[in-house]
Amino acid sequence: MILAWLLLIPFIGGLVAWLADRKKLVDPALVTLATLLLDLLIVIGFYFTRDAPIEISGQQWMAVLELAWIPRFGIGFVLALDGLGLLMVLLTLFLGVVAVLSSWQEINHRKGFFYFNILWTMSGVIGVFTSLDLFLFFFFWEVMLIPMYFIIGVFGHENRIYAAIKFFIFTQASGLLMLLAIIALVYFHHQSSGVVTFNYFELLGAELSASVAYWLMLGFFIAFITKLPGVPLHTWLPDAHTQAPTAGSVILAGVLLKTGAYGLIRFAVPLFPEASAEFAPVAMSLGAVSIIYAAAMAFAQTDIKRLIAYTSVSHMGFVLLGVYAGNETAARGAVMTMLAHGMTSAALFAFAGAIGQRIHTRDMRQMGGFWRSAPRMGAIVLFFSVAALGMPGLANFVGEFLVLLGAFKANMLLTCIAAIGLILAPVYSLIVIQRIFHGKRLVEKPIPDVTTRETVMMLMMIVVTVGLGVFPQPVMELMASSLDLLPVVAFNDEAGMVSQ
Amino acid sequence: MTAEQLQALLPIIMMASTSVIVMLVVAFIPRHSVISSVTVLGFILTFASLSWTGEVGQGLQVTPLIVVDRFALFYSALLLLASLVITLLSFNYFTKGSGSENQVEPGEFYILLTTATLGAMVLVSSNHFASLFVGMELLGISLYVLVAYLSHYRQGRQGSLEAGLKYLVLSGVASAILLFGIALLYAEFGVLGFGQLGALWSNIGALNGIYAMAGLGLLLAGICFKLSLIPFHMWTPDVYEGAPVMATAYIATISKGAVFVLFLRFFMVSGAFMQEMANNLLILIAIASMLGGNLLALMQSNVSRILAYSSIAHMGYLLVVLLVANTGNVPVSTISESVGFYLVAYIITTLGAFGVMAVRSNMLDTRDTDQVADYKGLFWHSPWLASVLTGMLLSLAGMPLTAGFIAKFYIITMGVEGLKWLLVSTLIIGSAIGLYYYIRIIIVMFMRHDEEPITGKRDRAVSTIDGLVLAALAGVLIWLGVYPGPMIGVIQAAFPG
Repeated sequence: MILAWLLLIPFIGGLVAWLADRKKLVDPALVTLATLLLDLLIVIGFYFTRDAPIEISGQQWMAVLELAWIPRFGIGFVLALDGLGLLMVLLTLFLGVVAVLSSWQEINHRKGFFYFNILWTMSGVIGVFTSLDLFLFFFFWEVMLIPMYFIIGVFGHENRIYAAIKFFIFTQASGLLMLLAIIALVYFHHQSSGVVTFNYFELLGAELSASVAYWLMLGFFIAFITKLPGVPLHTWLPDAHTQAPTAGSVILAGVLLKTGAYGLIRFAVPLFPEASAEFAPVAMSLGAVSIIYAAAMAFAQTDIKRLIAYTSVSHMGFVLLGVYAGNETAARGAVMTMLAHGMTSAALFAFAGAIGQRIHTRDMRQMGGFWRSAPRMGAIVLFFSVAALGMPGLANFVGEFLVLLGAFKANMLLTCIAAIGLILAPVYSLIVIQRIFHGKRLVEKPIPDVTTRETVMMLMMIVVTVGLGVFPQPVMELMASSLDLLPVVAFNDEAGMVSQ
Repeated sequence: MTAEQLQALLPIIMMASTSVIVMLVVAFIPRHSVISSVTVLGFILTFASLSWTGEVGQGLQVTPLIVVDRFALFYSALLLLASLVITLLSFNYFTKGSGSENQVEPGEFYILLTTATLGAMVLVSSNHFASLFVGMELLGISLYVLVAYLSHYRQGRQGSLEAGLKYLVLSGVASAILLFGIALLYAEFGVLGFGQLGALWSNIGALNGIYAMAGLGLLLAGICFKLSLIPFHMWTPDVYEGAPVMATAYIATISKGAVFVLFLRFFMVSGAFMQEMANNLLILIAIASMLGGNLLALMQSNVSRILAYSSIAHMGYLLVVLLVANTGNVPVSTISESVGFYLVAYIITTLGAFGVMAVRSNMLDTRDTDQVADYKGLFWHSPWLASVLTGMLLSLAGMPLTAGFIAKFYIITMGVEGLKWLLVSTLIIGSAIGLYYYIRIIIVMFMRHDEEPITGKRDRAVSTIDGLVLAALAGVLIWLGVYPGPMIGVIQAAFPG
C-alpha cells in the first residue's frame, strides 16, 4: 500500500495546493514543499523499515502491490519497487524539492495552478518508476506529459507555445509507437501462451520470433530515446528547456529525461534481450554520436539554458552507451550517470534561472564579470561545472568512467569516440564560467549574490554530488540487485559483439 | 402481433407518443419551460421503458422490420441519454434569447429532437432495408430543419440556412443513392432483410453480379455519407459550422452513432464484411478519412470545423474495427464490444465539447462562440468550463485518464489482433497529426492574459442545469478512463441476438 501512497500524496497535494491558492488560505509553494518532504520522508522511512525482499521471477523487490484493474484485458494495477526504482523515486522527490525552492520567487501569478502541475508531474513520474504493468506504465508515461506541457506552455518564456507543442507532439507521437509495441507484445505473448496479460513479470518470458521481437523492441526504443533524448530525436529538448520556467527545466532535465533511460533499462532491454543485443551497436553508435554532436552544439550556444540543454543530451549519450554495452560495469555507470546528471543539470538550470531573475536575459553575450559582485554564486557554479565535466571525486566522474570502462570491453572504437566527449566537456563547461563570471562587466548594476534560500538549495545538491562521488558503494549495492538480473549483463558474450 | 411483441416495442411507442404529446404541448401551452420539461420527461420515461420490454432473450423479431434485442436496447439507451443531454443543454441556449424583442418559444426544436431520436431508435433496431430507410429519413428530415432552425429569426443567421440547405440537398442525394443501392440488391436477390441477404450470400460466396456489386457499393456510399467519411465528407464542416450548436452536437453524436450501429448490425448479420469488394473499398475509405480528416483539421480556426474534421478521422478509426472482422482472428462479439465502447466514449466526449460551446453561445448572436480566438484565456476566468473542455479534447486526442484513451486502446488492440498493420500505422500517424489541433485549442484556453489582451468573450454565469450536465459528462469521461470494467461488462452483454 505504501507504493500507492507514494503516488497519491503528490496527487492529492496538487489539488490541495490549487484549492489553497484559490481560497487564499496558504501559500501553495509551502503546500508543495510540505507534500514533497512528506513523500520523501515516507520513502526514506520505508527504506529503513522494509521487510525481507520479495522474489518474483528471480528478481528481488522491496515492495509489491497487485490489484485487478481491467480484467477484460488482463490489466492489473501492479506497482513494485526495487533498488533502481527506489533511487529514481528518491531523485525525483529530491529534485522536486529543489524545483520548488528554485521557483520560489519566479512564479508570482497563478501559483496554485503552477504547483498543481508540478505535483502532478511528480505523481506521474513516480508512477512511471514504480509501475510494472505495461498498460499502467504507459498510462503514467502519458499522464506525466500533460502537466509538464502546461508548465512549459503557460509559465514559460517568450516562445513557450511553440516549445510546449513541440515537446508534446514528440513525446506523445513516439509514445503511440510504444503503445502499439506494447499491444503487439501482449498479442504475440497471447498467441504463444494463451494468456492475455500486461504484467511485466509474465511478459518477460514471452516467446517471440526474432523479427517480431526486433520490431517491437524498436517501438520501445524510439519512445525511450525520444525522451532520453538521443540524436536524432533530441530536437524538442533545447526548445523545451529554453522556454520552460526554472522549475520546469529542473524537473525536465533532472527527472523526465531519466524516465527514458529507466525505460531502456527496465523494459526495452529485458523484454527483448536478443533483439537488443543485435541492435546494441546501433544504439551505442547513437550514444557516441549524441555525446560528440551535442557537446559541439553546446559550445556554439549563446543562450545559457540552451547550452545546458545540449550538455544534457551529451551526458545522456553516456547513459545510452552504458545501457547497451552489455555488461554490469557499464550498466552501473549508466545509472550512476543518471543520478549525477540529475544533480548537476538541475543545479545548473537552477542557477540559470537565478541569473535570469537578476538580469532578465539568458543571453551570455550580455553577461560577464559577475564574479566580482557575486563570488559565492561563482564558486557554486564553478563547482557544478567542474562536476559536469567529470572531475574525479565527484559523482559524474564515477558514472562516466564506469560507462567507458564497461563499453571499452564491448566496442573499442565507439568508446574511443565517446571518450572524446570527456575532452569536449571541459571546453563547454568552462566557457560558461569564462563568459559569465570573468571578463568585462557588461551590466552596470552589480548583481546580488546568492540568497540564503539559493545557498541551502545548492548546498543540498553539492552534498549529494560529493557524497556520490567519494562514496558510491551504497548506491551501487542498491542498484545491483536490479541490474544483476538484467539480461543486459548476459548478452555481451553470447552475441559475440566484442569488437576488435 | 402478439402482446409480447407489442411489449418489446414499447420504447419506440413511448418515443412516438412523446413526439405527439410535445407537439400538442407546443400548440396549447407554448411556454419554453413547459415544452422543455415535457420533452425531458418523455426521454426519461422512454429510457425507463427500456427495462419494461420483457425478456427479449436472443432477440425478438417484431414484424420483419424491427428486431428488439439487447444490442438495440443498449444503443437505444445510449442515444436516449444523449438526447436527454442535448435537450437539457438546449434550454439555456434558447432562454438567452427570450425576454428580448424577438421573444421566441423554440417549440419546434423540441418536437424535432423527439422525432429525430425516434428515427435513431428505429435505426438501431432495424434489420431490414425498409426500416433502415424509414429510420434514416425520419432522422434526416428532422435534422434538415434542426440545422436550419435559427435562420427564421429576425437577425437570422445566414450560416444556419445555408447549412440546412446544403445538408438537405446533399443528404437527399445520398438517400437516393442509398435507395438505389437497396433497389439493385433487391433486383438481384429479391430480399430486403439483412438476415435473408446474409443467408443468400453465404451460399453463393463472393459477389460477382454487376447489380449486386453496384448495389452494395451504392449502399456503402449512402452510409459513408451519413458518417461523413472521405470522400463523402464535403458537407460536414459547413453544416457543423452553420447549424445551431446543439443541432451540430446531435448530428455528431446521435445521428452518426445510430448510423454506425446500423452499419455494424448490417455488417455482422448480413456478413457483408466477407465480401472482398466491400472490404477493399472500406480500407481505402478508412485510410483516406484517418489521414484526410486530421490533415484538414490542421488548417481550421473554428472549433466547430475542427471538430467536424476530427469526427471524420474518428469515424475512420471506427472503420478499422469493422475491417478486422473478415480476418477471422477476432470474434464478432469483440468487434461489437470495441465499437460499442468507442461510440460511448465518443458520444460523451463530443457532447461535452459541444456542451461547453453551447453554454458559451447565444442563439441571438450572429454566430455561435466557436472561433478558436473566442477561447483565449478561458481557463483564467471560467476554470471549470475550460477544464471540462480540456478533458474532452484530451479524450478526443486519446490521452490517458479519459475514456478516449481506453477507446483508442480498443481500436489499436483490434487492429493488432487482426494483423492490419497498414491500418494501425495510419491510425497512429493520424492520431499524431491530430494532437496538434487539439492541444492548440487547449493552449489557447490557457493563454495568460496579463500579456495578451483578452479577445475571447467573457461569460455570464453557467446555469445550474448546464453545470450539472457538464459535470456529469466530465465525471463519466474520467470514470470510463480510469475504471472502465463495469461499462465493458454492460457492452459485452449487448450483443445482437
